[in-house]
Amino acid sequence: MHDMHAPAAHHHAPPQGFVRNHLFSLDHKVIGIQYYGLALLAVFIGMVLSWVMRLHLAWPALSIPGLELLSKNGAPGGVPTPEYYLQLMTMHGTIMVFFVLTTAPFAAFGNYFLPIQVGAEDMPFPHFNMMSFWVTFVAFCVAVAAFFVPDGPPLAGWTAYAPLSALGPVAGPGEGLGQILWASSIGIFCIGQLLGALNFISTTLDMRCKGMSLMRMPLTVWAWFITSAMGLTAFAVLMPACILLILDHVAGTSFFVASNLVVSDQLQPHSGGSTLLWQHLFWFFGHPEVYIAIVPAMGVVSHVLITNMRRPMLSHRVLIYSMAALAFLSYMVYGHHMFVSGMNPFSSIVFSFPTLAITIPSTIIVLIWIGSLYGARLRINAASLFALGFISLFVSGGVSGFFLAQPSLDLLLHATYFVVGHFHLVMAVAAIFGIFSGTYFWFSKVTGRMMNETLGKIHFWLTFVGAYCIFMPFHYLGLAGNVRRYQAFVNDFMGPLMPLHKFISVAAVVTGFAQFIFLYNLIYSRFKGEKATQNPWEATSLEWTIPSPPPFDNFGGKLPVVYHDPYQYGVEGSSGDYVMQDSPEQIQTVHDEK
Amino acid sequence: MATTVHEPPQIGVMRAPELGGGKGGRRNISPGDDNLRMLAEHSSGASRTGIWVGVAGICMTFAALTSALVVRQGAAMDWRHFSLPGVLYLNTAVLFGSSFALEVARKRVAAFARGLQPSRAVPLRWLYLTLGLGLLFVAGQYAAWMQLKTQGLYLATNPSSAFFYVLTAMHALHVMGGLGGLTLVISRLSRRVPTLRRSTLDTASYYWHFMDVLWLYLLLLLWMKL
Repeated sequence: MHDMHAPAAHHHAPPQGFVRNHLFSLDHKVIGIQYYGLALLAVFIGMVLSWVMRLHLAWPALSIPGLELLSKNGAPGGVPTPEYYLQLMTMHGTIMVFFVLTTAPFAAFGNYFLPIQVGAEDMPFPHFNMMSFWVTFVAFCVAVAAFFVPDGPPLAGWTAYAPLSALGPVAGPGEGLGQILWASSIGIFCIGQLLGALNFISTTLDMRCKGMSLMRMPLTVWAWFITSAMGLTAFAVLMPACILLILDHVAGTSFFVASNLVVSDQLQPHSGGSTLLWQHLFWFFGHPEVYIAIVPAMGVVSHVLITNMRRPMLSHRVLIYSMAALAFLSYMVYGHHMFVSGMNPFSSIVFSFPTLAITIPSTIIVLIWIGSLYGARLRINAASLFALGFISLFVSGGVSGFFLAQPSLDLLLHATYFVVGHFHLVMAVAAIFGIFSGTYFWFSKVTGRMMNETLGKIHFWLTFVGAYCIFMPFHYLGLAGNVRRYQAFVNDFMGPLMPLHKFISVAAVVTGFAQFIFLYNLIYSRFKGEKATQNPWEATSLEWTIPSPPPFDNFGGKLPVVYHDPYQYGVEGSSGDYVMQDSPEQIQTVHDEK
Repeated sequence: MATTVHEPPQIGVMRAPELGGGKGGRRNISPGDDNLRMLAEHSSGASRTGIWVGVAGICMTFAALTSALVVRQGAAMDWRHFSLPGVLYLNTAVLFGSSFALEVARKRVAAFARGLQPSRAVPLRWLYLTLGLGLLFVAGQYAAWMQLKTQGLYLATNPSSAFFYVLTAMHALHVMGGLGGLTLVISRLSRRVPTLRRSTLDTASYYWHFMDVLWLYLLLLLWMKL
């Protein structure tokens, strides 16, 4: 009988050898670092793509060095063709949304810190966890491979709207093999994220240490938990949609292509498909995806701010409920991406209401942040600066959302740079700021060394000012009628807007170069940075109770017991103005109801 | 309250962790003293949660395909109805038979674990039967596709046949995943020193039964819509 459950005595001995330690590691911390590395690689590729686009927009005749090597047909003489511009844009969006904004704040930070913050020695399904990363890595390789196939990557945008994306080479360069690679890549990516979500949810629900009740979990854990619930439902819908898209491409089915469609003077052999169906399936994933990027960043920012304010948020619970409300509502608002798609205008009104309603939890979250910051003596460091920057960008980008939520206004603004400015501020750059904030905050825990604060602050100011210089003018461009997805605006009514375009492009290049300060800081500090103490920020959550970097099984074989809420600051603790979560000492505060 | 109690912090006073806290952060580890109750507590929870999370994800995937089917049919002038291949009903019986065999196997495994059953051969026999019936189901699905092929109904012939192939193929892929799980269970039980955990067997079983439920739903959907 005992044989059935033969005790695995050294179940948790650290693995031996490079392959098991660094490559195919089952350790959630290594997997987290792998995800971060992938995101770092992806973000620099995405950034270079945006540089190419910005340079071409501002100086359409400029020969961009090296571009011809990437594609002779797409960029003869280093000047991208209109089609190639769209192909670069598609890849910029795809790489940034999937491989940066989804992987870094959620998969990278979450993998590394979720098990530690709930007091677990690992995730419950480490093999799935390892597969999750490697599947994502394969997806990334498949996506990037599209650059190197004869016609290059697809030009249908990161949203891959049918019928353009479903027809094959007749629809334009990259719509053959490139589009198939794109759809395969995204389908594979979905599998990776589903495996990740499975682990995150199980860890949160079943692997918490003694005393770690749900409300004692740090806000980061809540954010990752909510995000994984969203990821589970959203990616599970995108995956079959990608399969149907591939079938339309290679098997001649007609899921998304209507009858009697003539493209490039050729009657298409499809019949009866619904182009709106793709948009419904895509945006049912696509809108939660926005929150998959931003909610983990919200968690990180809250965590960093609390630590540096030395006081908890005004309401821990309301913040959690608001994040959950965001997740819940995110499924009901997806139609606001489709106001101009030709769907029933009545549907637009129906989708408009929850879109406006979703601003309520967003506003509550922002008010809690600002209300908690009010009067706090915030410790200014690179992490807290980026957290403040996140709030600023989230608000600035969010305000334009009010306009776009209304179908009548969206009809005018949808195809312009106004939308580009909106989502870059509120979701893309804001989430990136969350990633930066988390990096400056947790770097010492991961590596045992501190990042350089001066370089971090320079990086912050250049990036913060730069982000506004790039994306604020987008709103003005949009209001002036500057359409998006065009590759040149020289000879038409948009000609007068060119100086602004040039300004944006210069700002984009400068801000991009500022990121190399971060990269230098990251690499230099990894090897030469000042040695970090176990808890340099005097924080309370469980990751700061263990050495930096943490040992293989996180807590050295002895799991913690938690006695306190996650953010006991501003109290009389034996170690200062805070009490660690696992400290058995009793606390007496002015808030203590005794 | 207006009054504030200022007592020095009491170090070392152990407050009992609040009820409703975590279940302990260990993963699938066997306690050294072979305490089976502890083992159950440590190994089963996350797997049980995990399988429900997995089921939820799979449900979403098939819900998406269902809504695609409904929308596509509603928009189509070209929807061609056809009657389902008769072998599907036989396959349904086979799949349910395999679930029944699996439940018997679970009972026998439990008896073996408690020492009531001296040999592993009996539970293994039932597990092999489950596996065999599962394989037979997949083969039966293949036969159904062949039947459609002889009728001239291919993937691209009509949206109705396209959805038939997509839904049944997706389900068959998931069934094959379940077969993988069963193979794992069998191999763990067959080892010289069996290392099968209860949670592994339970998870594989829940998944396998879920395949029945999913298939019944798909059969109903296809029967109504095609």
